[in-house]
Amino acid sequence: MDEIGQGFLKAVEFITSLDPEVMEIVGRSLRISVTSTLLATLICIPISSLIHFHRFPGKRFLISLIQTFFSIPTVAVGLFVFTLFSRAGPLGGTNLLFTPTVMVIGQMILIIPILLGLTISALSGVDKTIVDTARSLGASGFQTAIAVLREARYAVLAAIIMGFGRAISEVGLAIMVGGNIRGFTRVITTAISLETSKGDLELSIALGIILILIALVINLALNRIQHR
Amino acid sequence: MSLIETVDLCQRHGEHDILKKINLKVDKGEVFTLIGPTGAGKTTLLRLIDLLEAPTSGRIYFDGIDITESRKLRFEVRRRMAFVLQKPVVFNMSVYDNIAYGLKWRRKKRDDIREKVNSILEIVGLMPYKNRNARTLSGGEAQRVAIARATVIEPDVLLLDEPTANLDPTSISKIEELISHIAHHYGTTIIMATHDMPQGQRLAGRIGVLMNGEILQVGAPNEIFCSPNSKEIAEFVGIENILSGVMIERDDNLVTIAVNDGTIQAMSDYAIGDRVYVLIRPEDITFTLAKDSSSARNIFKGKITGTTPVGQLVRIKVDCGFPLLSVVTKRSAEELNLTIGEEVYASFKATAIHTIKEWS
Repeated sequence: MDEIGQGFLKAVEFITSLDPEVMEIVGRSLRISVTSTLLATLICIPISSLIHFHRFPGKRFLISLIQTFFSIPTVAVGLFVFTLFSRAGPLGGTNLLFTPTVMVIGQMILIIPILLGLTISALSGVDKTIVDTARSLGASGFQTAIAVLREARYAVLAAIIMGFGRAISEVGLAIMVGGNIRGFTRVITTAISLETSKGDLELSIALGIILILIALVINLALNRIQHR
Repeated sequence: MSLIETVDLCQRHGEHDILKKINLKVDKGEVFTLIGPTGAGKTTLLRLIDLLEAPTSGRIYFDGIDITESRKLRFEVRRRMAFVLQKPVVFNMSVYDNIAYGLKWRRKKRDDIREKVNSILEIVGLMPYKNRNARTLSGGEAQRVAIARATVIEPDVLLLDEPTANLDPTSISKIEELISHIAHHYGTTIIMATHDMPQGQRLAGRIGVLMNGEILQVGAPNEIFCSPNSKEIAEFVGIENILSGVMIERDDNLVTIAVNDGTIQAMSDYAIGDRVYVLIRPEDITFTLAKDSSSARNIFKGKITGTTPVGQLVRIKVDCGFPLLSVVTKRSAEELNLTIGEEVYASFKATAIHTIKEWS
């Protein structure tokens, strides 16, 4: 018990003194997850719009399929990306395994279903007459899609934040394809996992507190957005 | 040449014929009102004219050019029109941005946009709400935003679908003033759907009656309201006395029609032996207590079977061998003691009657 209490005090010290190692790990975590979220957003918004605004056979099935991948285990994505980028894998020649780049790619694969699914439902949540209103005021097809996206902006933003939350808090994928290399691919979650198994609770608790703070900020932001 | 012309326009949804061979011509600068009961197809017709949906068959001409097929032409022509949908939806942004949206889509210059939006804000009386989120407005205000948003793009044709449905009387008169203002000031061609007939009468140059997907009659408001060409239209425009009879005698224009046990004298062109409907507007019937105090040709003794107060008026039902319904002021109802069971003389002029041939 004493050990945990001491660890907690030390952790607070780490945070308040802006310990370089802690800050470095947190910075990398944010960088990787923000990058993967932004890239996934750039891909998902046009694709969601295409799916939403077009009628095609199998549309409902496709949406169900996307939703199925909301809760795909991170280790499954990890395994997939690992085999893809391992020496013998199809993308082995890129030499990207155990780099931040492949972590970004892995996180994108992980959160793209969430972003797609939630953006599609955000678009479906927009009053259908908005489309007619826009067209009747002379909007082109593209302008109409932008107008609908604009109406759904808060729900789309919520989807992006959800995606970011999942990206920054997962551990399985980051360990498998990042390798938890100190000063290179070590992020908050992988550091916690390693330091705890080493018995070094102070650093783990400090990083844990920061991760929870990040989660708290995300949730506060989500709440604000959803109540607009 | 008509600005808009539809030729044999049909719209089917599955097994259901929404519109059947609509042939309509609307002239430039005209205010044309479509009246008809809910579900008659008014909204569908407006949507087809605005090119929001494609017809099952038939053609639409805009300014003499067939625009039914070409996608590019349809988009260009749609940009010359504006449609205010029945349910006013506003974009989740300020009143100003809502109104400016159509101009932005047309890539107008910022200064132009500002000038036009500000001027229309004054006209619709929404200047104080300029920066408010449009979602916080009341129904009447949102409708004014919708009309302003459509008008600001200076369309050649303004389509309005039930612009005053579900609004309070004050908002209704504001919207009607606004529509007249637009028609007179900008010379915009307006096509408006309404089920509120007095509104059609107040605003329209011409009225088209749409029922069950068919245009049954087109004409000036007076023609539609006083000489409807079918029983259905007569019922719809509020002619509540519709009696079935046979033409039995003619003296020049004056004819005698047998209705139940009595005879009614009217002006009509139909031939002797024709079965006709006799239409009498309730407000054309007057009541007297003595038979000789009226100069009208048709005087019937009857017994009052029902009275219903409607505001400052009273609706009186009388049985004269055939039922008659009339409207009198509350005051004259009291003076004449028009109560259930009382006997009165109901009279109406031969010229107040409109006849329609009964098609068997």
